[in-house]
Amino acid sequence: MKTNGNPYIPHTATVEETWFETYGERCIKTFKVVFDDQEVRENWSHQPGQCAMIGVLGAGESMISISCSPTEGKFLRFSVMRMGKVTQALHQLEPGDKMMVRGPYGNSFPVDEWQGKKILTIGGGIGQAPLRPIVEYVRANLDQYEGLTMIYGARTSGDLCFKGEFEEMESCSDLSCHLTIDVEEEDWSGNVGFVPQMLLDLNPSPENTIAITCGPPIMIRFVLENLKKLGFSDEQIYTTLENRMKCGIGKCGRCNAGGMYVCKDGPVFSYAVLKEIPEAFA
Amino acid sequence: MSAMLLKKEKWPEFVEKLAGKKLWAPGADGDAMRFAPVTEGETPALDFNNTRVPPKEALFPQTETMYRFQLGAEEMEEPQLEDETVLLGVRPCDARAMTIVEKLFRWDIDDPYYVKRRELVTVVGLACSDPGLNCFCTSVGGGPASTEGLDLLMVDLGDNYLLEALTEKGETLLESAGDLLEKADSDAVKEKEKLVLEAEKKIKREVKTEGVPEGLPGLWEDPLWQNVSASCLGCGTCTYLCPTCHCFDIQDETEGFESRRCRMWDSCMFGEYTLHTSGHNPRPTRRERTRNRISHKYSYYVDKFDVIACVGCGRCINLCPVNIDIVEILKKVEEAL
Repeated sequence: MKTNGNPYIPHTATVEETWFETYGERCIKTFKVVFDDQEVRENWSHQPGQCAMIGVLGAGESMISISCSPTEGKFLRFSVMRMGKVTQALHQLEPGDKMMVRGPYGNSFPVDEWQGKKILTIGGGIGQAPLRPIVEYVRANLDQYEGLTMIYGARTSGDLCFKGEFEEMESCSDLSCHLTIDVEEEDWSGNVGFVPQMLLDLNPSPENTIAITCGPPIMIRFVLENLKKLGFSDEQIYTTLENRMKCGIGKCGRCNAGGMYVCKDGPVFSYAVLKEIPEAFA
Repeated sequence: MSAMLLKKEKWPEFVEKLAGKKLWAPGADGDAMRFAPVTEGETPALDFNNTRVPPKEALFPQTETMYRFQLGAEEMEEPQLEDETVLLGVRPCDARAMTIVEKLFRWDIDDPYYVKRRELVTVVGLACSDPGLNCFCTSVGGGPASTEGLDLLMVDLGDNYLLEALTEKGETLLESAGDLLEKADSDAVKEKEKLVLEAEKKIKREVKTEGVPEGLPGLWEDPLWQNVSASCLGCGTCTYLCPTCHCFDIQDETEGFESRRCRMWDSCMFGEYTLHTSGHNPRPTRRERTRNRISHKYSYYVDKFDVIACVGCGRCINLCPVNIDIVEILKKVEEAL
């Protein structure tokens, strides 16, 4: 790929579309971006689970999950929660504006290894962003998988991302989508309760199934516990971690969980690996 | 490779021969010694113990520009690194540290800034005849005359310096000063060996590393971490002055429309280092940060690069404001194993 040899120099991309997934103080905005340089655009290839450093010159860069599957087309999608300096600057971007992107970074979900299996994703809040590429990847290659079950929860219905896409999923027999919110709301017909409990209630069989979870650390902890209760083996459970990052290429030091760099050795880990890392759930 | 002798009175002339290259050597910085560029006509003195700040900044500046840009524009301009640099008077521990850090900066993806500077530098070492109180290089794979990372080793023999070229770069440097040098005889080499043995004997501090890399993760919840970090102020001195610490932050700086993205030394001893934007911090107290500092050097780095990321220079011990002592920490680790 065209990188002019310096991995820290980002590529210029143009924002094509933006929309809000959620509103409020910590709103989440999704950006669909396309690289300006044709060669970069053609040669870019990412896999579900990978991340990219995105930013605005003058404000900085943040590591963000690529929230689209490569099966969707020659563009990238990022869903960004407005939190700090960089994400505030990103939120200013509108269609036609420039975003700086370098990557893709990290390992990816072993989607080839998972062929022939049932896929179960368990997400919470913005944690659905790295899971969305799996959902889309499996949807695009349904003949290679035994179906997909998605459990997704957030505090309120207003905090659920990608809502428009779920309705489509409900009409397909190989896919099932289960939404939950933490507290009761008027006009909400779905489940009310925490994600780990909903997982127990649904009682999915571990047979020939891979479970992937991402969300707030507390949710992950209880989801793992409950997956074990349901009989899932360590090798059947995957998660994707995040930590503060600066370089994305294993140099700047800060993203390590024990001896693993989340940016290079991760972000995707099987529970079999993760349980040996004492700092993984810190 | 060849061993030559340089009479001490010819040292200024030797330095002059290097004119045209950028020279870095230890110089006084307040009450301490620090590597700094040598100005023309100046002759760097070599009668120092080790510098307070390690020479890592010659390859990995405390703050460096990664690229420049104009606010609102998309063009990025990288700095041109092309100055050949000679580092004079580098202690063997600090040269070893460069080879250790280089492993990370070359891991999978090359870090272009570090790698380029490393290629452009010639490292002239100075063997230690009088190691410091807290030196323990011999415990972690080094020694007072270790040559790892050096292009040329100088040994102070009293009236003369013994110069041993260790690489092609070192040979070239010797050739350029050929008329000032005499061939070293076997007596000089014997004298060097004697000096090195004596220097080794002067090193009183020791760490035992056997079983430590594999054992450290198992001590995760051991009370020792609370004990050894209780007095820590979180000042970061241990990491800033460590020749193998290589962690950095990246920030954008803007003045008017002129902007640069730069990187600067950072420290795992700071809370912000790992602080998530959500407010969650995976290493919330100095206990976890100290545990990470020691585990990174003595376990994680060994796992990844097969070498301990500590060269035993003793700076973190000498300069800790509350006397936290890595040798003592490792003693406690050994006891707990």
